[in-house]
Amino acid sequence: MCLAIPGKVLEISESKGLRTGRVNFGGIVSHTCLDYVPGVEVGDYVIVHVGFAISKVDRAEAERTYQALESMGLLQDELPAAMTEDLEKSP
Amino acid sequence: MKYIDEYRDERIAHGLAAEIRRVVTRPCVLMEICGGQTHTIMHYGLDELLPREVELVHGPGCPVCVTPLETIDKAIELAMRPDVTLVSYGDMLRVPGSSSDLFRAKANGSDVRVVYSPLEALKIARSNPNRKVIFLAIGFETTAPANATAVWQAHREGLSNFYMLASHVLVPPAIRLLLRSSDNRVQGFIAPGHVCTVMGCQQYEELVSEFQVPIVVGGFEPVDLLEAILMLVRQLEQEHAKLENQYVRSVTRLGNVPAQEMLEKVFEVADQKWRGIGLIPLSGLRLRPEFSEHDAERVFGMAEIHVEEPAECISALVLKGLKKPTVCSAFATRCTPESPLGAPMVSAEGACAAYYRYRRHKALA
Repeated sequence: MCLAIPGKVLEISESKGLRTGRVNFGGIVSHTCLDYVPGVEVGDYVIVHVGFAISKVDRAEAERTYQALESMGLLQDELPAAMTEDLEKSP
Repeated sequence: MKYIDEYRDERIAHGLAAEIRRVVTRPCVLMEICGGQTHTIMHYGLDELLPREVELVHGPGCPVCVTPLETIDKAIELAMRPDVTLVSYGDMLRVPGSSSDLFRAKANGSDVRVVYSPLEALKIARSNPNRKVIFLAIGFETTAPANATAVWQAHREGLSNFYMLASHVLVPPAIRLLLRSSDNRVQGFIAPGHVCTVMGCQQYEELVSEFQVPIVVGGFEPVDLLEAILMLVRQLEQEHAKLENQYVRSVTRLGNVPAQEMLEKVFEVADQKWRGIGLIPLSGLRLRPEFSEHDAERVFGMAEIHVEEPAECISALVLKGLKKPTVCSAFATRCTPESPLGAPMVSAEGACAAYYRYRRHKALA
């Protein structure tokens, strides 16, 4: 139920006094209420739940975390070698 | 899709699982609160990637599941009135009340409609001025601001045929209840990322200092959850109890202030009954008196009802992380998603339904 997905804001307008955006979710475009993300601009990514954007994706944080994770993922390739080394060291 | 695909990267997931295996030295019981996270764990088999020391138990965070039987019964009663259009989220239609569900009410001729967003419920009210449009609004803190906007907007537009039958639940009082319970087994929590997107991390800082329990705010993709588990395992190994935020791309310390302000304007905190658990003090949100003309319970004079839950159902123990769904005598036999006995089997995000979908064959083997 608390599913929320990231989408890219294509256009911002107003409807019935609410700030509304056309948001692209991997090719599917949907109208989204932007009232809760006042700073969002066209081109930003927002996280959307039941037709409401609840946050703007922090790109810098997303990239930083992902890079950190990726370096950890790469460590895994080296893992078997590391384990073999340990085994050889143990008596 | 950007910001989704990267977090399903198998290579990184295996790297994180390897790191968890390297770090862990002692048994630990961790709970993810949110049903969406439970679903990801079961769907991707994350529990099976983890070392045997790490046990995951599944929390009460599925708002569809914990909506009280009484609320479903009231919704069905309202839907049966000839001048009423009952509107809700799709997940709610199959949820059984004490004797029927909204799907059956619809089949029997009631005007029951599904919406994706509360704003669609408003649209139905605008275009059907002669119908009484009642929105069965459920949700945690993630969904409550959207529901609040619907009421606020109806009030602003003078949409006098729009009403809300509400069942909102709050996460921190439920965590507090679990931690105060003498039989609690949970040593660390993955806090729900989208609830925290709205409310911020601050509420969880209080829980950490009150109970000295590690809490990590986590996202919903496999890599998010494995990273959150790693952060919890590291804390437990170092005997720390801190609040950490794994889901930094969406969650800030203060959360979404405009959404919180709307919640405050439209709702007030109230006692709330949770299906499968019972009444938790100050764990819900009800409409403020200023919006009483949109409050379905007040306008339609719904009498207080009380319905007993099936005795065989162990959902209270499942929702508190004390029992796994598969140990229940009714699991996958007398209790299935088609015919659920209790809360966690009701919605796809409930723990019992997730085990039924992804682990049934193993459990019955």
